[in-house]
Amino acid sequence: MDAHLDSEDLRKMHVVVVGHVDHGKSTFVGRLLHDTDSLPNGKIEQVRRNCAAEGMDFEYAFLLDALLEEQEQNITIDTTRIFFRTKQRAYAIIDAPGHKEFLKNMVTGAASASAALLLIDAHEGVMDQSRRHAFLLSLLGVKQLVVLVNKMDLVQYSESTYEKIRAEYTTFLRSLGLTAVNFIPIAAKHGENIVQRSANTPWWKGPTVTEALDAFKHEDDLTGLPLRLPVSDIYRFDHRRIVAGRVEAGSIKPEDELIFQPGGRRSTVKTFEDWPGPSRSVVVTGESASVTLSEQIFVERGQIASHPAHQPRVGSEFRARIFWLGKEPLVTKKTYRLRLLTQNVEAVITSVEKITDANTLAEIKSDSIPRDHIGEVLVRTTRPLAFDLHQECAITGRFALEDHGRIHGGGIILEAKSKAQNLSGKVTTSERAARSGHAPAVVWFTGLSGSGKSTIAEGVERRLFDAGRQVVRVDGDDLRASLNRDLGFSAADRAESVRRASAVAGLFANSGNIALVTLIAPLSADREKARALLANHPFIEVFVDAPLAVCESRDVKGLYAKARRGEIAEFTGISSPYEAPESPDVHIRTDQTTTEQGIELVLQAIDRVLQGKGEDWEV
Amino acid sequence: MSRNAQQDHLTRLEQTSIHIFREAFANFRSVCMPWSMGKDSNVLIWLARKAFCGKIPFPLLHIDTTYEFPEMYEFREKAKALHGIDLIVRINEDAIKRGISYATHDPVTVTHELKTVALKAAIDEFKWDALVTGIRRDEDPTRAKERWFSPRSAEGVWDYKDQPPEFWGQFASTAPEGGHVRVQPLLEWTELDIWEYIRRENIPNPTLYYARQGKRFRSLGCHPITHPVDSNASNIDEVIAELKLTRVSERAGRAQDHVGRNSMQALRAKGFM
Repeated sequence: MDAHLDSEDLRKMHVVVVGHVDHGKSTFVGRLLHDTDSLPNGKIEQVRRNCAAEGMDFEYAFLLDALLEEQEQNITIDTTRIFFRTKQRAYAIIDAPGHKEFLKNMVTGAASASAALLLIDAHEGVMDQSRRHAFLLSLLGVKQLVVLVNKMDLVQYSESTYEKIRAEYTTFLRSLGLTAVNFIPIAAKHGENIVQRSANTPWWKGPTVTEALDAFKHEDDLTGLPLRLPVSDIYRFDHRRIVAGRVEAGSIKPEDELIFQPGGRRSTVKTFEDWPGPSRSVVVTGESASVTLSEQIFVERGQIASHPAHQPRVGSEFRARIFWLGKEPLVTKKTYRLRLLTQNVEAVITSVEKITDANTLAEIKSDSIPRDHIGEVLVRTTRPLAFDLHQECAITGRFALEDHGRIHGGGIILEAKSKAQNLSGKVTTSERAARSGHAPAVVWFTGLSGSGKSTIAEGVERRLFDAGRQVVRVDGDDLRASLNRDLGFSAADRAESVRRASAVAGLFANSGNIALVTLIAPLSADREKARALLANHPFIEVFVDAPLAVCESRDVKGLYAKARRGEIAEFTGISSPYEAPESPDVHIRTDQTTTEQGIELVLQAIDRVLQGKGEDWEV
Repeated sequence: MSRNAQQDHLTRLEQTSIHIFREAFANFRSVCMPWSMGKDSNVLIWLARKAFCGKIPFPLLHIDTTYEFPEMYEFREKAKALHGIDLIVRINEDAIKRGISYATHDPVTVTHELKTVALKAAIDEFKWDALVTGIRRDEDPTRAKERWFSPRSAEGVWDYKDQPPEFWGQFASTAPEGGHVRVQPLLEWTELDIWEYIRRENIPNPTLYYARQGKRFRSLGCHPITHPVDSNASNIDEVIAELKLTRVSERAGRAQDHVGRNSMQALRAKGFM
């Protein structure tokens, strides 16, 4: 890098280019690249050849519209990023599409930009999308805006035409709370007032486009805000247990006390585990951290770590302003997925308070939000969410809405609603889950006597317990000695024993526990019934598998010897069948793996299920 | 994506890439990272080790076209040991048996058979739902339209006309039925960034990138269709100095890009990286 540049200038500035369709965005960007000398050798010639092949005149727009379909349709389909630099710094220009149906790509472009250039055709004037895009810029938090009044050549460089557009659009922007830094008259096609000052606009004393670009400032630095560290993952690749996440605001250092919300558990930062080292002494906004904790507490993806004195809000109801891009309108009572940083919860729009037509800013009356509209709504999540108001901390105050695995909209949080807690009445599963910090689950260990079910289950219990989870073991032998004392080993009695074990496990799960059931349960049909009985809860079938000969050779309880001597009738594997599960969730070959490996497999399966199902607490 | 004025440019890029790695690992069931042994690929390995505290928790895949430069095979073994890589190697043996070769076929056909078809077979074999790629937006106009997380259908097809929106750090975290998601941590990097980062972090790289007798490779692929560029840059400092001045595009020496007017788009829509 050139020595005279200070560090601020080295930061790449992301600028989005928006405006009504055919107001000349791609032409402008093509020309900007050309005039700043940012094109690779041969690019212009290549595009000229392509144009000639299609029998078209050369256009600067074709530099960007590199995809075949675009050239045929003459429309920018998707957000294109292109890099260029002025003498002062590097830029990524985001060329957002102007065609109405591609609004989502405009959102994708504008959400990552620090500043915007908005083109208005001097000849056509302010159009629908000129207004809509400004509205979205204000919603997406892009505050720096320069308006380019393009195609000045078509209005004979008329200052009065320029002034008319400036006055009209300034009034409009003011209604959104936006101010344009400048309105620059340009003719992109001829490169006028882009890098070179135009001789045709002697009345224009303001900056050229590149001068205006170089005057943009980078978005606010969030390092001074309270710490917000959303947990991305927990790594257990070796003996270390590492909480992984990116600092989204503030900073974090060893010995900081942390509180993880929702859940409210506290611990202290012990170390950062940076590779290749040495570890940083402080991790600041925008950087990923690998944190070990002094006290082992239950932490999971989605929680936000903060300092106890400056926590985010925790709640499940708030008012938000939403933009909706889905083909189907956003409706009330339907369940969507709400994603806020690493949190992913179910959410329902409980009421639509206001819908704004992005073209006219007029309010319309409806209880659903159509595509390409903005609304103010009340949102309720099925489990508590950690968040800030958008005005307090933008990054934790905004979210995306997903339906069927696809993002269709987003919003910013305007106001938290404290839900009237109904503290009378029965305690719900979700209340229990909120207290324990995890969803309940049933883990069913099946396998021959001596296969190692109890050994692995005990190990899993220990690890879950130490991690602060509510866990209980339902052991087949214990049941035989108590609840099932009246049952023998006939097929009917075995079925009844499975049913009773399921019922016990269900009671434990209903009260918020992870229930570990160890029962031979030799018949597939019985195990299927157990799964059906426990359908309310995440269910993990663990097949603890070892060849009969291996189990028999272990014979910890001397049962195989007794069975061989005929002292036990209908003993599974000897005188009674065992139907191995065809597709267990976890399959452990205890004759081939260590107990530790087996325990790890089960823990991983539990983690997966709790992460996936954790949000489905409302059962 | 990052918001700290004090960070330098490379740290900013690095930290964004690490975040992408971590989000991919958290979101997908089974992740794999194709590895070409080229400079971008080697930077990815470095970033993955930083993301996961030293150990890459998923396998790497080398699609061996059998046309790699001999030095690349040597480099592969050294790097594999150095980084503790769990490496899967796959070759499209069937295409080779059918006589697909650069001597007899055009580069687009051979590249498609030996890279894309082999990659698809490996995805079918291992059922990965996420592939980490080293593509960058500055390499080619079709790559400029990429997303951090880019879904591919079961046939490996990229529906670039209907891409999911991507904003506020929320990515397409679900693979289409039978398909996978391309995860692209280097999207925002430029070729110059890559080299400056390699220098800063001292990341091992093949020496084919450095000039011998007035020529060096700027991008590495199959030897019959990869041509060196004129250069006297014989070490990393000289490469960086050269890149700051050059006007020749990075992939100019890669023949498969330049067969037809839209050959890169055609290759990529069918599943090429």
